[in-house]
Amino acid sequence: MLRKLGLALTLFAFWLLLSGIYEPLLLSLGVVSSLFVAGIAHRMDVVDHEGFPIHIGPKGITYWPWLIWEIIKANIDVALIIIKPDLEISPIMFRAEASQKTEVGQVIYANSITLTPGTVTVGVNEGTVDVHALTIGAADEVISGRMDRRACQMEGDS
Amino acid sequence: MFIAASAAIIVAMALTLIRAILGPTIYDRILAVNLFGTKALLLIAIMGFLTERPEFLDIALVYALINFIATIAIMKFFRFSHLGHPHEEDNLGDL
Amino acid sequence: MFIDILSWILIVIGGTFSIISAVGILRLPDVYTRMHAAGIGDTLALGALCGGMILQAGWTIVTIKLLLILLFMFFASPTTTHALAKAAIAGGLKPLIDEDRREDGLAKSEGENP
Repeated sequence: MLRKLGLALTLFAFWLLLSGIYEPLLLSLGVVSSLFVAGIAHRMDVVDHEGFPIHIGPKGITYWPWLIWEIIKANIDVALIIIKPDLEISPIMFRAEASQKTEVGQVIYANSITLTPGTVTVGVNEGTVDVHALTIGAADEVISGRMDRRACQMEGDS
Repeated sequence: MFIAASAAIIVAMALTLIRAILGPTIYDRILAVNLFGTKALLLIAIMGFLTERPEFLDIALVYALINFIATIAIMKFFRFSHLGHPHEEDNLGDL
Repeated sequence: MFIDILSWILIVIGGTFSIISAVGILRLPDVYTRMHAAGIGDTLALGALCGGMILQAGWTIVTIKLLLILLFMFFASPTTTHALAKAAIAGGLKPLIDEDRREDGLAKSEGENP
């Protein structure tokens, strides 16, 4: 129930941010429509720990800046490879550990790998992910398991 | 400033289009069109700044959504040859 | 003035990385490696250009909309890339690789191909 209320509040905040017009009529329309959408989501039974993972919010505060910094570093690496006249690539396909307990955690980990240029998640299995990497260096970064541990930390015990 | 940015984006869009036309496989074309969509979204946002009409950002937001849905739909179509229910033997559900 | 310089820097970075990602799309040899180049365009180029625009816009509703675009692309871009990689593997397109360190190789993925 708390989750559904949270969804309705999030949707209403979204409405407020997008509309930018604060008149009584539009505000009440926003309340009605966000409650309506929350009701539909309740009937579809999609508001659970997977569809609306509000519980990982506070832990994400340290994860996001770290991930953005990793993305910037990886971007520069891949950009240097592309602009060098001789393409020094060594594409590699490998399987890495994904020690997250829940599916949400695994998705967060797989998406983080994909967001970092140089590595793309090709498949997700039970406890492992298949990764395609542009260089051996990018592959070693994933195999070293730093991102895996950070994703585990963010997932916490939910 | 925004003119410089839009010029860079248009150059990038042209290069991406070359790949979309050349692309040996269908997946190359989808990738190129997806990247083209991202660039188009940025161009719309920058146009909003150049003409000083902030409404353009709403269009950019909708364009991002449409770009995402279109790419997923095309990919699903080429994998399962229809857009309806997932393949019977595929227990992963939707793409 | 300081903000202008900062947003110039961000926009130049964003434009450069846009062109680099497009060049990468053209130069790299196969679809799996091209995905990495597309990743540049979806993360840093978009982030830097949106950052430059946010600095120009200041604290208005424009900033919020740009942040929403950024947030959405942050979730959408890996999903698209992953779906594309999975569709390409299921379509039987073999990646151009130096070595394959997965235990059962590509045989299993090709078996799923309908």
